[in-house]
Amino acid sequence: MSRAPLAHACATLLRRDLTLAWRQRGDIALPVLYALIVSTLFPFALGPDLALLRRIAGGVVLVTVLLAMLLALDTLFRGDIEDGSLEQLMLAPQPLALMLGMKILAHWLTAALPLIVIAPLLAGMLHLPAAVMPVLLLALLLATPLLSLLGAVLVALTAGTRRSGMLLALMLLPLCVPVVIFAAGALAAAQQGLPWIAPIAWLGAALALAVVLAPLACAAALRIALDS
Amino acid sequence: MTDATPLLEARALSFHRQDERVFGPLDFRLDAGELTLIEGDNGSGKTTLMRLLTGMLHVREGRLLWRGEPLHRDRCAGEIVFLGHQLGLKSELSPRENLRVAAGLYGRREQAGIDTALAEVGLAGYEDEPVRRLSAGQKKRAALARLLLVPASLWLLDEPYANLDRTGIALVNRLLGEHVARGGAALVTSHGAVGFHGGEPRRIRMHAA
Repeated sequence: MSRAPLAHACATLLRRDLTLAWRQRGDIALPVLYALIVSTLFPFALGPDLALLRRIAGGVVLVTVLLAMLLALDTLFRGDIEDGSLEQLMLAPQPLALMLGMKILAHWLTAALPLIVIAPLLAGMLHLPAAVMPVLLLALLLATPLLSLLGAVLVALTAGTRRSGMLLALMLLPLCVPVVIFAAGALAAAQQGLPWIAPIAWLGAALALAVVLAPLACAAALRIALDS
Repeated sequence: MTDATPLLEARALSFHRQDERVFGPLDFRLDAGELTLIEGDNGSGKTTLMRLLTGMLHVREGRLLWRGEPLHRDRCAGEIVFLGHQLGLKSELSPRENLRVAAGLYGRREQAGIDTALAEVGLAGYEDEPVRRLSAGQKKRAALARLLLVPASLWLLDEPYANLDRTGIALVNRLLGEHVARGGAALVTSHGAVGFHGGEPRRIRMHAA
């Protein structure tokens, strides 16, 4: 008998979820398309006022990307619950929290990373000053995984309920607000030439906390969801 | 094997869902190298019992012992393989990819290969077909191939005969026979009459409450 090493199990699960996402790549394209459409519509709605666009560009891109991420969030565990893969995962010898962490990582890679890649394009269309671009990317790199982790906890908590979408949206709102405030704070400071490291550091601290705690909370919530 | 502590033992095990009795109280023991059949009509709590045994449901009344100690998921991690109504197969992946995931999580038995396991359950030629394109019986066979691959001492099979043709039923019986001969234990639920080679299995009879 050979027990599977932990790193191998993590890689297996990550690979499985990435393969699944690739086989259904239309689902990845949807949030990207959504973000593209929303940020294209803003200049049309507000008029071609360069100064105005420049001022709101960072915030628009930030909110658009975060909202686009939410589109894919509620499918995070649904497939695994429906086809029994989650039961198999629970009975596996690996810690469930770690395995769910891998699932969240795969979700972030497929749902958030493409959005971060097109974020400079979106920001460019809205005339965000080039100097602020690195700050925007840094803020997104910290804010999107944070939102993935927080969202995953809520998805796990609502997993047992039918039509959890509405509940999910309501619960996610208060968690989104601090993420947006800190990320937008960094952008605003960068645009005014002020030091922007403090809000970024806050995001980083929150992310560090969430990386540790969110998978544990997900595991506990999903165990409760299946224990009925 | 009367002196050794049994692999799995239930003492006055019962389960209530919202004050309504699902089954029990139930007493049984299962030793290594033993096969037990759980029989009962629809709604008699067979699947609920299975979920209790996997540790997914909490034991609230009675006791459930794994090698003499209360069943806890940390203690029996990786030793139990469960095949339920939901097969745990990803429909977008092929049987081979699904098995690779199972082997990655649960480990792999010595001398067990993915292709030989798939050939043995009669899925040769379908290794790379997405599972969603397979028939219900073939999906079941793909899930059964997992049993051949992973090293687990206890098999919990919930209705393994459902959707299978006659050769499929013979296959399940043969897999169970080999597993028991190796010293493994198995609990199998069924509502139909099932014939086993080599002796009559122990039976647990469940009645609808």
